[in-house]
Amino acid sequence: MSDTHAQTVAYVRDTMLDQQDPPLNQTGALKWIRENLFSGWLNIMLTLLSLWVIYAALSHLLPWALRGIWDASNLSQCREIIAERYGAGTPAACWAVLAERWPQLIFGFFPKELYWRPILAFLIFLAAVAPVLFSSVPRKMLWVSALAPFVLFWLIWGGSLWGPVAAILGFVIAWAIMAFAAPKIGTLLSVILAIVVPVIYWLTLCGPLAGALASVVPLALEQVPTQNMGGFMLATIIGVSGIVLSLPLGILLALGRQSDMFIINKCSVAFIEIIRGVPLIVWLFTASLLLNYFLPPGTNFDLMLRVIIMVTLFSAAYIAEVVRGGLAALPKGQYEAADALGLDYWKSMRLIILPQALKISIPGIVNTFIGLFKDTTLVVFIGLLDPIGLSNSIRATTDWNGVYWELFVFIGLCFFIFCFSMGRYSLFLEKKLRREHR
Amino acid sequence: MATISDPPERGFRLSQLIFDTRYRSMTIQVVAMILIGLLLSWLISNTINNLEALGKDFDFGFLSQPAGYDINQQLIDYNNQMTHGRAALVGILNTLLVAVMGCALATVLGVIAGVLRLSNNWIVSRLTAVYVEGFRNVPLLLWIVLIFALMTESMPTPRDFRGEDGSSMILGESVAITNRGVYIPNVVFSRSLGGNEIAAPEPEAAAPAASTGANMAGTYGASRIATGGAGVQTGQADDNASGSAEGGSDAGTEEGGEVIPSSSGWDWLLILAVLIAGGIGARVLGKRASHIQEATGKRPTTLPLQIAAILVPLIVVLVALGASLDKPELGGFNFDGGVHLRNSLIALWLALSLYTGAFIAEIVRGGILAISKGQTEAAYALGLRPGTTMNLVILPQALRVIIPPLISQFLNLTKNSSLAIAVGYMDVRSTLGGITINQTGRELEGMLLLGLFYLVLSLLISGVMNVYNSSVKLKER
Repeated sequence: MSDTHAQTVAYVRDTMLDQQDPPLNQTGALKWIRENLFSGWLNIMLTLLSLWVIYAALSHLLPWALRGIWDASNLSQCREIIAERYGAGTPAACWAVLAERWPQLIFGFFPKELYWRPILAFLIFLAAVAPVLFSSVPRKMLWVSALAPFVLFWLIWGGSLWGPVAAILGFVIAWAIMAFAAPKIGTLLSVILAIVVPVIYWLTLCGPLAGALASVVPLALEQVPTQNMGGFMLATIIGVSGIVLSLPLGILLALGRQSDMFIINKCSVAFIEIIRGVPLIVWLFTASLLLNYFLPPGTNFDLMLRVIIMVTLFSAAYIAEVVRGGLAALPKGQYEAADALGLDYWKSMRLIILPQALKISIPGIVNTFIGLFKDTTLVVFIGLLDPIGLSNSIRATTDWNGVYWELFVFIGLCFFIFCFSMGRYSLFLEKKLRREHR
Repeated sequence: MATISDPPERGFRLSQLIFDTRYRSMTIQVVAMILIGLLLSWLISNTINNLEALGKDFDFGFLSQPAGYDINQQLIDYNNQMTHGRAALVGILNTLLVAVMGCALATVLGVIAGVLRLSNNWIVSRLTAVYVEGFRNVPLLLWIVLIFALMTESMPTPRDFRGEDGSSMILGESVAITNRGVYIPNVVFSRSLGGNEIAAPEPEAAAPAASTGANMAGTYGASRIATGGAGVQTGQADDNASGSAEGGSDAGTEEGGEVIPSSSGWDWLLILAVLIAGGIGARVLGKRASHIQEATGKRPTTLPLQIAAILVPLIVVLVALGASLDKPELGGFNFDGGVHLRNSLIALWLALSLYTGAFIAEIVRGGILAISKGQTEAAYALGLRPGTTMNLVILPQALRVIIPPLISQFLNLTKNSSLAIAVGYMDVRSTLGGITINQTGRELEGMLLLGLFYLVLSLLISGVMNVYNSSVKLKER
């Protein structure tokens, strides 16, 4: 055998070849382009078609946007400047409408000298949501989040400082009952008391107390009526209150729908299906046209408050369905394990079930929130001045009659930034909370 | 053993209602029921009191009173002397029309975009991502208003189509896109089942006069379609005015002359029936081929036969009815003939489809990604070709994931069609929930009916969806 081996050796190379570069079309950009863009006739056609689409879009948009005029007081002046600078008939944007009207698009008819209030409110809002959104922010900041709703209300609507303070006192009472009375009188009774006493306080004592305090130490901001609010401020107020209020309500509804108790279950199902089956516009019209029928004669409350209530109920029904999906996706063993540990219903939900179910339903919940924020534009139909409503009224003025692309681009871009960042945050959260397949 | 661990029998104590889990749920339910009952009775008594204070009653009689307003797009016969109920029905049909059209286009767009977004082609997948993210993150209302503004302000006027150097019609001189809407050809029949009218010697004379009057009456010039019925029939008056320019519309139909081709609902029903029968025939042929394949192992070629089963009867019926295309032509101030799709319909339709299409694209992408790669590999290992793998292995499993959210998107589209209010499209919200309420002052009844319509529609569709879901559900042990 060794002979044969000796004979074959002659065919074996005894020096190593130097390492060669891979063939040019098998590496780098060329390979990538070949494989990704031109791998077959269908792909070549698609690539060329997309390139043409991109070219067509950009070649129209870019010159139009970049040539834009930023300083003009009305549309005809703007067109004159364009004709003078680029020749008549050249497509160019009149960004001047934004330069002149952006405060209106953002604040509506909020008094100009009070713009600092919504701006400060927005900063406080950012500080308040930071600890909720990101766990790396110090936990003490949560106190800001807890106080923020009252401060924001006071900053935006104005009025006496003592109103919000008196309202906070109700929560303090509830906390005091739970903390001090619970060991003596039992949990159940103290929970009932912690709900009933503050409600009685808010209905009876709260108003006079605030009035008395205001007469002693008058600390007040100028009041701004709701009719003066508009633009993105209005959209954000409605959107954020809807989001904050609808999440807990939606979770409760989902739990109700999963419940074994017949009446609770059927009521939740009926509520969710009725709300989801009817478009939001119809609900908004109901809020503006019909709500007076359902309330005691003479009751009349703010249109914005009605809208917030309707939007909250509407998105709560959608969130309930999303959360129900999350609850149903949990393995039955989790429920059984919680029972086996001897946890009662609320403890098992709070500690075992909901954290997992909510994690599963994050994408759906955030999608609902994005939908809610986009749906705030519908309030234009019941007479509130959201960005689209304001763009209509700007286009109705003699100065800017005929401008539409510029306004739509601006409004669309603002909504896109808001909604897109919400979507990205949901992706970030999903990644952070992922426990398996790491 | 069991007898030992049984709790000792004791009498029922009242505190058990709260502290014993066996009875507590009953207590909670009774309390909840009482609270809900109180709330409902409070709301109802408030409503009764308020209605009494306003001197109104709760009565649906207004539905049979004459409506007195015009609707600019009608799929069934309607004029302003007909009842509010009929007007609501016209609105419902308009809602359903835009919903069905929207669902069809949105599905096509969504499936294409969803598949393209998974493509290996970098540019194509990025471009689709831009489309999807762009439409998902901007309010639908903005798109509707934008497309409407685009249609009304950037498109040529009908006048521009006159002469050589102006705009021209596309698709073989048959489709005109103007700032008043899109004019497309209509299929008409010279032997219509609904009967044909005989043309007056000079049928052209009346039409320009009528449209001149209408143009003077309103901003949106009304156009007269001599041959309506098939698709969208436009009325006489402009969008808002009630009852104007009604005269002269039927002047052109007198004795003498040749047969005017027209179409009626019966023609289209017949064609639909023939199409369905053809489809069933094609299916039978396919099933027979499968039987032969199972018995002998060879599948006979049936595709040409299947196509013939659908096409041949259709062509026979079309020839028998004497079908021809009625192209829109430039009349006095506007286009005559064909079908006039108003800007409101076009804007609503395109915006709804593009918007919902973006959502459907994500659903389709998710559905295809949800099928594990092992399925494809297993199919290849069995020797199936890529096309067969897709048809027999991937798609049936992906569809199970795709269909339920797809149907809920269809539902969303239908509900979103109520945004028609932004462009003045006369859907059920504008007729029953808008003009009818304003004219009769019956908000409560009108909104109730409107809500019921949407609710019943939603429940119907989700009921169908549930039946489908349980039929394709994985049969688990």
